[in-house]
Amino acid sequence: MNNTDNQGDVWEVFVQSKPGLPHKHAGSVHATDKEMALQNARDMYTRRNEGTCIWVVPLDAIVSSMPEDSGSFFEPSDDKIYRHPTHYVMPEGAKHI
Amino acid sequence: MEDVKKLEEFQAKIDAEIKIEPKDWMPEDYRKHLQRQISQHAHSEVIGMQPEGNWISRAPSLRAKVVLLAKIQDEAGHGQYLYAAAETLGKSRDEYIEELQTEKAKYSSIFNYPTLSWADMGAVGWLVDGAAIVNQVSLQRTSYGPYSRAMVRICKEESFHQRQGYEIIAHMAQGTPEQKEMAQDALNRFWWPSLMMFGPHDSDSPNMGNGVKWKIKRETNDELRQKFIDKTVQQAEVIGLTIPDPDLKWNEEKGHYDFGEIDWDEFWNVVKGNGPCNKQRLQHHIKAHEDGKWVREAANAYAQKQKNKQLVA
Repeated sequence: MNNTDNQGDVWEVFVQSKPGLPHKHAGSVHATDKEMALQNARDMYTRRNEGTCIWVVPLDAIVSSMPEDSGSFFEPSDDKIYRHPTHYVMPEGAKHI
Repeated sequence: MEDVKKLEEFQAKIDAEIKIEPKDWMPEDYRKHLQRQISQHAHSEVIGMQPEGNWISRAPSLRAKVVLLAKIQDEAGHGQYLYAAAETLGKSRDEYIEELQTEKAKYSSIFNYPTLSWADMGAVGWLVDGAAIVNQVSLQRTSYGPYSRAMVRICKEESFHQRQGYEIIAHMAQGTPEQKEMAQDALNRFWWPSLMMFGPHDSDSPNMGNGVKWKIKRETNDELRQKFIDKTVQQAEVIGLTIPDPDLKWNEEKGHYDFGEIDWDEFWNVVKGNGPCNKQRLQHHIKAHEDGKWVREAANAYAQKQKNKQLVA
């Protein structure tokens, strides 16, 4: 990328819509530093009271699993149904469990 | 051979309504189709700020002015959402902007028409944003994840735009005879170009084939255009304005309005760059981009300085 005329780096934006809720991915912005990233994120993603807190994360700081690995990555949990509460047989008549 | 199998798996995902995400394998044509469509959409949002920006300094009241400013700011935001979605397809923001400025990429032709009176702010919001909403509501279900998410966000914000436009034109239609005439004139000028926003008839549309098969587009140009007409006619009647189409008539059998022939020569002429404002729009975009160059340079220099400071510390 041409260094003297570019649009800055990509930052991913996460917005918490109210206290108690998790921060959720909202989209991304371009910025050259943290402060600009935060301000751009505010202007882009909270124009209508959508948030109480914003996180911005440089795109290159995010490590993602890859689609081609999703088999080896996620399938091992397929055969472990004993991790779900419905796997267990409760005695007849037991309540609140 | 590998690609045939990948292509089958890809189509199976599309058919099962599973969204495609940036890191997933996709056919090169799917990627290109999306790059073209999403960037064209982004450019339209950004160029679309110009005809409305024309009226900021002459808005008839403070209320009208703050509303118009908020709307134009939204359009800038919509452009940003869409560029961000387009960038996930492996092309940079700079490349997209360069394609716009060198006329390799298009934007919606509607923005090559001038906004001559305040009533045009009404017509633009009511008709142009109204047509855009019909298209964008449909695109919320597009098969590419980032594009779909951008559309959901945009649709939430867009209905304010259409309502503010309809309020303006309704207000003028109920005003003095001169004001009503301005409202009617705005409708006369924007009606046909708004219908053209949906693109050529399905039978003449070069980009349709795979777009529908790959569920990039969920409804065809003609289907969307019909939807827009069907819901807009009544809105014109309510405010006492006449849609400038003598052939417009309710068709009981079809359950839709029949409408007159669209002037496709005009459409292609504007697409090819000969509309009333094509040159002005692009020149203004290039000027604004160049005027902002020193800001980008300064921001980059500042960021570099901060980085160097951190290294020393």
